[in-house]
Amino acid sequence: MSVQSWTYIFIGLSFSLYLIIAWRSRVSDTQGFYVAGRGIPAAANGMATAADWMSAASFLGMAGLISTMGYSGGIYLMGWTGGYVLLALLLAPYLRKFGHYTVPDFVGDRYDSNLARGVAVLCAIFVSFTYVAGQMRGVGVVFSRFLEVDINVGVVIGMAIVFIYATLGGMKGITWTQVAQYWVLITAFLIPAIAISIKLTGHTLPQVGLGSTLDPSIAGQSGVYLLEKLNQIQVDLGFNRYTDTFTGSWDKVNVFCVALALMVGTAGLPHVLVRFYTVKSVKAARWSAFWALLFISLLYLTAPATAAFARYYMIESLNGKQVDQLPTWFSNWEKTGLILWFDNGDGTMRYSAGNDNEIFRTGAVPVAEMTTIRFAHQQWLDTNGESGTDARPILRQRGLAGPDLDIIVLATPEMAELSSWIIALVAAGGLAAALSTASGLLLVISSSVAHDLYYRIHNPSATEKQRLQVGRGVIGLAVVVAGIFGIYPPGFVSQVVAFAFGLAAASFFPTLVLGIFSKRVGSTPAICGMIAGIGFTAFYIINCIFFNMQPWTFGIFSNGINPQGIGTFGMLLNFLITLSLTPFFPPPRREIINMIDSVREPEGVGPAVNIETAPEH
Amino acid sequence: MPEQWPGNTPDMVQPENNPALSRYWRSNLLTMFVLLGIWAAAGLGGGILVADWLNKYHLPGTGYPLGFWFAQQGSIMMFVILILVYCVLMNRLDSKHHEEIQSSN
Repeated sequence: MSVQSWTYIFIGLSFSLYLIIAWRSRVSDTQGFYVAGRGIPAAANGMATAADWMSAASFLGMAGLISTMGYSGGIYLMGWTGGYVLLALLLAPYLRKFGHYTVPDFVGDRYDSNLARGVAVLCAIFVSFTYVAGQMRGVGVVFSRFLEVDINVGVVIGMAIVFIYATLGGMKGITWTQVAQYWVLITAFLIPAIAISIKLTGHTLPQVGLGSTLDPSIAGQSGVYLLEKLNQIQVDLGFNRYTDTFTGSWDKVNVFCVALALMVGTAGLPHVLVRFYTVKSVKAARWSAFWALLFISLLYLTAPATAAFARYYMIESLNGKQVDQLPTWFSNWEKTGLILWFDNGDGTMRYSAGNDNEIFRTGAVPVAEMTTIRFAHQQWLDTNGESGTDARPILRQRGLAGPDLDIIVLATPEMAELSSWIIALVAAGGLAAALSTASGLLLVISSSVAHDLYYRIHNPSATEKQRLQVGRGVIGLAVVVAGIFGIYPPGFVSQVVAFAFGLAAASFFPTLVLGIFSKRVGSTPAICGMIAGIGFTAFYIINCIFFNMQPWTFGIFSNGINPQGIGTFGMLLNFLITLSLTPFFPPPRREIINMIDSVREPEGVGPAVNIETAPEH
Repeated sequence: MPEQWPGNTPDMVQPENNPALSRYWRSNLLTMFVLLGIWAAAGLGGGILVADWLNKYHLPGTGYPLGFWFAQQGSIMMFVILILVYCVLMNRLDSKHHEEIQSSN
């Protein structure tokens, strides 16, 4: 059977599974809609958190990033897992004990201020929409390559599925669907990695394979370590050695700041935090943090192996090949514009770090402009350079050298010539990763608007039925907005993802940690800290990305700080301002201090806060 | 509301629960700081700050340079183990605290 029929089978099966789950877990009250009735077992919540967390970017993009960055790609691996330690130790159990519906809920109640709640709502919505837009692009990429349907049709199908299970089942439907999606995505990620590992190194575990020697029939001699070989190939083509630390602009300070900003940002992302409200107890919240990271680590420990395998295959199967020797996967992917070849006229493909590189990608260049560039290049080739224009310097200057990172995971099974059902499975996995994350984010948007803005600020006397209707309405609307983002992707999406982590790191993390671990910090210092943190981080990122500001060195670092790492400084600024203002402002009211005490107390001593009878609710 | 400031010191709150709760809280903080120390050493230390030095060595029996291994494998494994240890220790501390409260009532 062809890849396409297999893809239809896998996507059809997995989508029907999601719909069946949605029907079985439909809900009729707000507690079910926002926090799944607090009845999710720890391990299931761990799987749902993992699926929620591992987005299209983790599934499709991360291995690609590591594959080109080598050692420095570790910032994403460490950043996106290390944050769970902070989450488990500093936040999850306490937020569960607090026991309301959303993260802005905690900020608003602890700091006794609707202004604080409003700032938190804005951050939650901004972070979630930034993220959702990225997921929709992932859905589009998978559909257009594997099913050869129009990207827009793909986005609409994906949106329809999410719409059904999110409005029907709210958090409950989303959670159980995510459990299923976790298995789809992890199977789809592990099977090709294992198959390639066996093929390249003879080891079943990709993690062992990455550290061992290449199969003699592939390397031509025995005893050559994969990483050694890769280092040598990279050097031959003018790239940095794969395992070398701190190359290029990724110096120690930048690697450190970006990794820390991602860790702290991870711990402050609302769609992850809100998952810990759904479990039965504080104990279950701790365990589900463990299960979540364990399930996440299955993918994150495999991604570096996939990355190195893909790098090896990518170079070996392209560099130095003649037109008739090119693999079929290359022509399949060339159609999508994610990988392009502009020959210098000798008919031999060159992939290198230098000026003789012939592999490029379309990136954000409009279709019409790319057609013009290709046409001019063909003319340049046909006339031996007398007319037309060489496309290579143009694209190099625009930073479009090398293939698009998104294809690494999707194309690796084809590079390794695996069976067609494995290739199709990867497509279903990519969709599961994108849809599960999208649904979690949409719920955060819905609860921020319907619960925090509508119910807590605008209309506190709303009935249960009204609240549920508004919740369903907002999530439906959010799905549509996300769909529009998918059909008309804003060109800056990939660049503003740094925003999501930077803002989460600079706003939620310090504010939540101080709210739990200090009884002295009052509302004014906390609000000032949050606004300063967000303001500084947003200012820096916007200026760097959109106005070409030179990254700051703060007078002590040799390289400017990457915008992705500025969240570290935003977080420090938030802590600094909050703590230095605290002595000049009154401490919280007694009720708030009692609340902090109850949050710190383990389950079984004081009764958990009943959300319907809690003060001010 | 400055007149409330002195009355709001933590010691004045829930005096009957306080000794047990503050003992529990101190043990909680100790566990937390020790584990966070290991977290920083494994992730930020081994994976980044001393990674260039560690890269001179290899993980025994494999082709992994040690710093590279820490950044892409070791630190993640460490994070999983840290949360596991935290769960076990804290749940044990919780039940100890629970018994303490029960026996004092």
